[in-house]
Amino acid sequence: MTPQLVIFFVLAAVAVLGAASLIFQRHPIHSALSLIVVMVALAGLYLLMGADFVAAVQIIVYGGAIMVLFIFVIMLLNAGIEERTNASRLARFAGVPLTVVLLGILAVAIARSQVASQPAQLADTHKISMQLFTEFVYPFELTSFLILVAILGALVLAQRES
Amino acid sequence: MVPTNYYLLLSAILFGLGVVAFVFKRNIITIFMSIELMLNAVNLAFVAFSQAHGQTSGQVFVLFVIVVAAAEAAVGLGIVILTARNRQSLNVEKVDLLKL
Repeated sequence: MTPQLVIFFVLAAVAVLGAASLIFQRHPIHSALSLIVVMVALAGLYLLMGADFVAAVQIIVYGGAIMVLFIFVIMLLNAGIEERTNASRLARFAGVPLTVVLLGILAVAIARSQVASQPAQLADTHKISMQLFTEFVYPFELTSFLILVAILGALVLAQRES
Repeated sequence: MVPTNYYLLLSAILFGLGVVAFVFKRNIITIFMSIELMLNAVNLAFVAFSQAHGQTSGQVFVLFVIVVAAAEAAVGLGIVILTARNRQSLNVEKVDLLKL
């Protein structure tokens, strides 16, 4: 057991427990806090892989901006404990078996794949930015349009009808 | 040194948990959060492959996924607020206008 492997298993356990907690908590605020735990654990895994730029973006954008937005909305709508209703027949009978099948297929595919892992490299934020502004410059510019459209859409959706 | 397969397996498990949450949760906000969980699982796979192949393209894709997730969260939460205002409930079973 190398130290990296120990760190990986601890972070993976935290992430999986957080995701399970998202499912089992009945209050949306508790689910949101569990999701933040998952995101912080994933940021740790990114650091372990040597992707420190992605780790920083994960914390700032996901853990910071997006989850704060979620918690704002939960508090704005005063969301209470989830009503316990009967799960739909489809969800009850097909949901779990199909998920197990999906996981099984993925596990078999992953076990068969031969991806040689390389040692974690040093910070390559410079390389990422070079690639972002040369090879991926059109998608990058398109994302600004996407965000503009999203802002307009959110404004139109949220305004009160006059 | 952690094998790439471990990361991919963790990514698959997180994705599966996201699918389960998506199917079983009744609260529209929690369902939305499970979509974010699935996006995160895919991001983990992207970074794992990026590291395995020693290329940075995967990390650029993660950046794009995060941008799209942010835009999706803004629009989606607007829809959630509108739905909650119109239905007085966050339960997805109350949103059944298209049901026979």
